[in-house]
Amino acid sequence: MSLSVKVNGKKHSVDVDDDTPLLWVLRDVLGMTGTKFGCGKALCGACTVHIDGVATRSCVTPVAGVGTSEIVTIEAVGATDAGARVQKAWLEVEVVQCGYCQSGQIMAATALLTANPNPSDADIDDAMSGNVCRCGTYPRIRAAIKQAAQSVARKGQGG
Amino acid sequence: MTILSRRGFLVTGSATAGLLVGVGLPASAAPPSTSVKGFTPNAFVHIGEDGQVTLTMPYVEMGQGTYTSIPMLVAEELEIPLSRVRLEHAPPDEKIYGNPLLAGVQATGGSTAIMASWKPLREAGAVARTLLIQAAAEQWKVASDTCRATAGEVIHAPSGRRASYGTLAATAARLPVPQDVPLKDPKAFKLIGTPAKRLDSGGKVNGTAVFGIDARPPGVKVATLAQSPVFGGRLKRVDDRAATAVKGVRQIVRLDDAVAVVADHMGAALKGLAALEIEWDDGTHRQVSNGQVVRQLEQATLASGPVAEKIGDVTTALASAPTKVEAIYQVPFLAHATMEPMNCTVHVRPGGCDVWVGTQVAARAQAAAARVTGLPLEKVLLHQHLIGGGFGRRLEIDGVARATEIAMKVAGPVKVVWTREEDIRHDMYRPYWLDRMSAGLDGEGRPVAWNHRFAGSSVIARWLPPGFSKGLDPDSVDGAVNLAYDLPNKQVEFLRVEPPGIPTAFWRSVGPSHNVFVVESFMDELAAAARQDPVAYRLALLDKAPRAKAVLALAAQKAGWGETLPPGAGRGVSLQSVFGSYLALVAEIAVAADKSVRVRRVVAAVDCGTVVNPNTVRAQIESGVNFGITAALYGEITVKDGMVEQSNFDDYRMLRIDEAPVIEVHIVPSTESPGGMGEPGTSAIVPAVANAVFAATGRRLRKMPVNLESA
Repeated sequence: MSLSVKVNGKKHSVDVDDDTPLLWVLRDVLGMTGTKFGCGKALCGACTVHIDGVATRSCVTPVAGVGTSEIVTIEAVGATDAGARVQKAWLEVEVVQCGYCQSGQIMAATALLTANPNPSDADIDDAMSGNVCRCGTYPRIRAAIKQAAQSVARKGQGG
Repeated sequence: MTILSRRGFLVTGSATAGLLVGVGLPASAAPPSTSVKGFTPNAFVHIGEDGQVTLTMPYVEMGQGTYTSIPMLVAEELEIPLSRVRLEHAPPDEKIYGNPLLAGVQATGGSTAIMASWKPLREAGAVARTLLIQAAAEQWKVASDTCRATAGEVIHAPSGRRASYGTLAATAARLPVPQDVPLKDPKAFKLIGTPAKRLDSGGKVNGTAVFGIDARPPGVKVATLAQSPVFGGRLKRVDDRAATAVKGVRQIVRLDDAVAVVADHMGAALKGLAALEIEWDDGTHRQVSNGQVVRQLEQATLASGPVAEKIGDVTTALASAPTKVEAIYQVPFLAHATMEPMNCTVHVRPGGCDVWVGTQVAARAQAAAARVTGLPLEKVLLHQHLIGGGFGRRLEIDGVARATEIAMKVAGPVKVVWTREEDIRHDMYRPYWLDRMSAGLDGEGRPVAWNHRFAGSSVIARWLPPGFSKGLDPDSVDGAVNLAYDLPNKQVEFLRVEPPGIPTAFWRSVGPSHNVFVVESFMDELAAAARQDPVAYRLALLDKAPRAKAVLALAAQKAGWGETLPPGAGRGVSLQSVFGSYLALVAEIAVAADKSVRVRRVVAAVDCGTVVNPNTVRAQIESGVNFGITAALYGEITVKDGMVEQSNFDDYRMLRIDEAPVIEVHIVPSTESPGGMGEPGTSAIVPAVANAVFAATGRRLRKMPVNLESA
């Protein structure tokens, strides 16, 4: 039996078991490899995507449970206002090193800024502590989120 | 920038890409691009007739910034903007791309890339520039020294003529390659020393960067595996009836010591793996435990061992010293836990084999696949990829060999992906080391005798056997010998003791990851025994080491050393001179009511010689420090009943953003040759944290990781 998922605005029909984690549908069935595998148990955040705007660990999300919800991945997050700001800030602050976790970091940061345009350090801790970076880019992730927030604030002021 | 395969280069020809398009295609092992029209003065630089400059990267990018800093060396001498350089991963070829600092092995590791490239890669650019100038001079019938190169053009100022590199490529290609060319005066550097932006960021923020795990050759199947939980065990029996019934599962592959499930996608492979009923023959290592390893090391260090360093007469000096200090230190096994789990994609065909992988050792990876398949080397095509974290794990080729064994039994390409659990339980571990320290202090508290004897695995003895000689190897003792401190009587002994059945490997900061912890913690103990300030105590021993002294003084000053901290907080210092760089750190920690330790702030002062890219230096200190804090606070692999007890990020904990300190980096300007920066932060932070805990609590931590709850 095939299931239907809507990823980055496009509907796909996939023929997998209901309990197949969304991560593998994205990576192996649909070939969208920007979303990463890190732990398989929602412990590291590398697989973070947005489901109806909410940062979600796709490695433990059964595909059948997603239903008709809108899935957004790193491949398309730059089309959103917050996503584009986060990616820009990531480049300006020179966040990345090996880069493997950064898809998940950017998805988590974008969800944070969408919900909370001006996060405090504690808000950043809460939203981002589920995302492991083995290269230890944390100081720059924090700085980039603040920079992206400021760019939102400036835009809000018409500047 | 894009990183193109040679094949991709041939196919796409003059295709160009903007800075943000990102790292795209994996590289293949096709022979050097001599078939591409243009000018190839050496194994690194190719200039197409379209003007495209392509650099073949002998070192692989795993986060350390080498795909930015090495192109900077070439672009500087070649007089082109950094954005003009396109990168290719080097194919496996040790004769051309071997690392001169790692005995010619084609390896990226040991913080060597900049040190190894500093002269050869600038020369590669300078040779190309010289020939392009000659080509122009020949065409214009003027003297070479009346022409100069700038921004991708050769200019003859007297006549106002100019020619782009692309138009000169064909002529330059016909000229004899000079042996010696002058390098630019550092005062004329335009690029080296600037915080040039990373070239690999674009694809890493939009999901288009391709790591080994992202390889998807047409028709690829995905496999995951279970290996004997007990080291060295064998597969006895598998009931695969339930697994083969899982939708999408295509095949079960049995090996001597592992079983793999091949499926249409990883979800099915994992479900199939969980459905397997596997019986193992545990073999001979069922009794192996941490306790056994420690007893072995304790026993070994009761006797003296091969002497790695001997200064003066430590026995006599120790006997006559009024104060003696003794201590035993231990560091645990550690896993690498790269964010990109181990993986390798292999397609074995009749008469050939393709391997898609991100590896720190391209030639060895190719050789591993050749060995397993029985194919000649040239029939194994290695497609190098970006590396989602190396830290030494991908200096090993066990994963390539394993994936090839599986692929031998599968029709078509198969991507073998380790679960995080398999990745951690079947890592090759940073060795457990045990150190016996003794020192004698004179009446003023100054160390007059320093005796350091330790035992543990020699990774070099396995990885580079000729490097292990007379019971010693340079890595195991790095950070213990040639200290910056003036110690009149000193002896360092190393005893190689291999843990039974437990594989060991290099781990970020290698030998110093252990020695710097021991040396800098013990130095702190001596300062305490002498009732002196730890910074002042060290400074007094550094009159013969001005660079070390300068970084220590700077770190202390910037950290506000000596200023009061709230109760429960403390500052600790460390100083090291390894990987060709001097680094001093001051860590500020706080102990919570539950006795957990948080590192609040780290101040670094570094002298790494000539700085190629200050942003890379800062980034690598931040990275190395956070990597080391993970080890200091949480890192411990334990073995019980022959099995690793940890398995995922819940029981093998990583530092997270809410636990990470503020890190300040101060760079001391220098004109010395560049030192390595990928690893120093990791080895230096561990003792700084332990010393800060001592300052805060009075508890001396002689065993990592930090644990204030144990008695």
